[in-house]
Amino acid sequence: MKDTRVSVRALSAALDRGETTSLALTKKYLNEIKRRDAHIGAFLTVTEAAALAAARAADQRRKAGKVHPLCGIPMALKDNICTKGIATTCASRILENFIPPYDATVWRRLQEAGCVLLGKTNMDEFAMGSSTTRGAFGAARNPQNTALVAGGSSGGSAAAVAAGEAAFALGSDTGGSVRQPAAFCGVVGLKPTYGRVSRYGLTAFASSLEQVGILALTVEDAGMILSVIAGKDGRDATCWAEQGEDFTPQEGIHGLRVGLLLQGDMDEEIRQNLLHAAQVLKSMGAEVADIAIPGEQDALAAYYVLSAAEASSNLARYDGVRYGRRAENALTPEDVYVLSREEGLGAEVKRRLMLGACALSAGYHEGLYNRAQNVRRQVRQAWLDAFRRVDVVLSPVSPVMPWEISQGMEPVTEYQQDRFTVSQNLTGLPAMSVPFGRAKNSLTLAVQLTAAPFMEKTLCRMGRALEEGDEA
Amino acid sequence: MSAWKPLHGYEMVVGLEVHVELKTRTKAFCRCKTDYGAPPNTQCCEVCMGYPGALPFLNREAVHYAALAGMALNCTVHEYSRFDRKNYFYPDLPKGYQITQFDFPLCTGGHVVISTPDGEKTIGITRIHMEEDAGKLLHVEGGTLLDGNRCGVPLIEIVSEPDISAPQEAVEYLRKLRQIIAYTGVSDCKMQEGSLRCDVNLSVRLPGQPMGTRTEMKNLNSFSAVEKAIEAEYRRQVLMQIEGEAVCQETRRLDARTGETVLMRRKENADDYRYFPEPDLTALRLSKEELSLWERELPEMPDIRKARYMKEYGLSAQTADKLTVTRKVAEYFEKAAGMSRDAALMANLMVGEVFRLMDGEDGDILLSEAALSQIADMAAHGDISQGSAKKVIAELWGREETPAQCVERLGLKQISDPELLRQLVQQAMAEHPDLLEGYRKGKLSLKNALMGAAMALSDGKANPVLMRQVMEQALEEE
Repeated sequence: MKDTRVSVRALSAALDRGETTSLALTKKYLNEIKRRDAHIGAFLTVTEAAALAAARAADQRRKAGKVHPLCGIPMALKDNICTKGIATTCASRILENFIPPYDATVWRRLQEAGCVLLGKTNMDEFAMGSSTTRGAFGAARNPQNTALVAGGSSGGSAAAVAAGEAAFALGSDTGGSVRQPAAFCGVVGLKPTYGRVSRYGLTAFASSLEQVGILALTVEDAGMILSVIAGKDGRDATCWAEQGEDFTPQEGIHGLRVGLLLQGDMDEEIRQNLLHAAQVLKSMGAEVADIAIPGEQDALAAYYVLSAAEASSNLARYDGVRYGRRAENALTPEDVYVLSREEGLGAEVKRRLMLGACALSAGYHEGLYNRAQNVRRQVRQAWLDAFRRVDVVLSPVSPVMPWEISQGMEPVTEYQQDRFTVSQNLTGLPAMSVPFGRAKNSLTLAVQLTAAPFMEKTLCRMGRALEEGDEA
Repeated sequence: MSAWKPLHGYEMVVGLEVHVELKTRTKAFCRCKTDYGAPPNTQCCEVCMGYPGALPFLNREAVHYAALAGMALNCTVHEYSRFDRKNYFYPDLPKGYQITQFDFPLCTGGHVVISTPDGEKTIGITRIHMEEDAGKLLHVEGGTLLDGNRCGVPLIEIVSEPDISAPQEAVEYLRKLRQIIAYTGVSDCKMQEGSLRCDVNLSVRLPGQPMGTRTEMKNLNSFSAVEKAIEAEYRRQVLMQIEGEAVCQETRRLDARTGETVLMRRKENADDYRYFPEPDLTALRLSKEELSLWERELPEMPDIRKARYMKEYGLSAQTADKLTVTRKVAEYFEKAAGMSRDAALMANLMVGEVFRLMDGEDGDILLSEAALSQIADMAAHGDISQGSAKKVIAELWGREETPAQCVERLGLKQISDPELLRQLVQQAMAEHPDLLEGYRKGKLSLKNALMGAAMALSDGKANPVLMRQVMEQALEEE
């Protein structure tokens, strides 16, 4: 097993057969990180010593008896997922030296399964961005072409998996932050239903919108990982899905109804690819029909108002009082706030905090926050209506191909690139980005699948079919 | 209580916001303990200290307690309520927002009945909502220290209608509120420990005029501070009205040294709390069954209990009032009454002597109910005098001795044997022929002198009632 771009399923089988050990695998991935990551920038922290120790422990467990299939698998976490004793910076100066005293629930569950943490991955600061160029510690680059963005905000996680620097990674998806970088880097990105996975220990950006998501090489892997991290844990009141569901994809899609959603502008190549994907699914036995979701055009604005509003409250805790960066020259309590935040937060974060504070302020609350909530309700209803007619909606992930890092992108232009991914967060619906097709410039393309609440199993089934259709 | 008098015909319009700390074992949104007086920062965790990624999870016990308080204060407790975030920056507020309830509070529409010099008055309660407390800041030389133990302790905020129109009414309302909540057992309501805190909203107006601009006074930490603040602020606002100055909407505090209120901050340049629904918590839903189950846990409330005591035991309003001051006192009384032959006599002993010996109304009662009832029974039976009964209560306070032993030891037993009493009366008559002579000649008041003489012969141990009967009989027989 030379290549590290191997599915978790295959790695697990190799471990089971004794063809390799977790220690050997972990060393291999650490070597890949050493060899490649200086050019890619997927990792902010590499936890080599802890990884080797965890790998040895996993090998012991495997020797001692039956273990979880994920036992000994080397993986990575986005740097906004709290890891006890390991820096969790959110790619922000204000948390540069922050070491959490506790583990996020998702990480605790992966540890219980025996996963080996290689390190923490790069992101846009506090997950605010779609390019992983807006963090305080440098950009992540697209492993397919390092001149291009990896997408974001979970760009580090997507790049790590795509580059073979981790067998899988967790990210977070507030408005497409798992699906879009997955699409850009050519891996599978799964955003579960809101309420499926505990957010405990996920540093909050927009609480009502985000879920921990999975970046993996295959749909099957994504399902396997989801079954480990999913389910209520008593520490997140908004997570109520039962534990222990199996997401192994069923074979075949005969009779499943697919709605093709082709609303709004997108690159012609992306549109053609989507039509092709629809054809392939049809040829595999699915019923495919065009579908429209009324009110979709307002979703993006509502998303930016609501996510910024919640962020303005969620990020108020970074005040320099109890942890994180405190301005050295602060003399008064007010100085501690103003200077610590002035120095510690980046431009994009400040922009959104101001936008969010404004949306909640007297005089704007009704016209911005309340109106956005109304749009959210309407969009949710429109999507739920759609799922009375279809099982899965097929749509684009990003309207554009990954752009060049050196050219950058204006913030508002970058916001607009989220227009096909934010509805799933406004509605809480599960969605998946699946690699499908290739562009003329040889970059992978991707399509998005969305299902009814808690129908991740259907997503996995359809995603698996797309993988097959793509290979064919 | 100082007697407040209106100035220049102005009425005062006062509403109170009372914060009560709930006595739950753990905090409102995490599992940290809430013990009072623990060393600083020993009762906090990532949730109450606002660490990244930490989420609140609601303590159902806090909801239960808040609902009980609401029911006791005659509120509607809603099946649906919701939590919101109140956003502001302050170093004692770890998350930069307080979790509270804004537009869907747990309880609305209650009332409390208070007594005033003009009779009973009903003070409306607008709402009761749940929220979390902030931490404590300690200003020391060279900086400020933060104690997070109080962060996240569950509170209820009880907002009254502006029905209060005199400083004494405010104090009476607070007393009543404290009494009722303490009865439910959901809070200690100790102002000195900060488990009951009061903010005052006050405006003035001439009768029939619309409400004036109100000011808010914060951090009043005793009943007398509330009373003084109201008097001072009323005076200040009336004088401003007279001089034609406009009262500004502002927050003030009482300067304990001068007894005047002083400006803390103006409202117009602050306080946009940017409320929005707390996305980390789901709506709070309570079933009808749960609510009615809780309602059945409520103890009998003081007013109802008072009326029952008057009827059942024939107590005066004043005595019944005193015996219902706290649930502990009332329950003590009822237990003792159940063992007493003459509950009214026992009640008087309790009010007269037990209360004197208690260290305040929350003090411990260092005498068993059984002992008190035995003492009362002895007094009722004429074995000891009422004066001796009080003596025995004081003697037994905090000691291990039976009332009978104590009476014996102190020689307090009364002489009630008619034959012995007759002998004493005869002896008194024999020793004081002059008094007897005078009585026979019509100076009937000399009967008392003869009584005194007979009593002296008994060393004061004769049962005065029986002795009088024997004396009267003897005089008639003469």
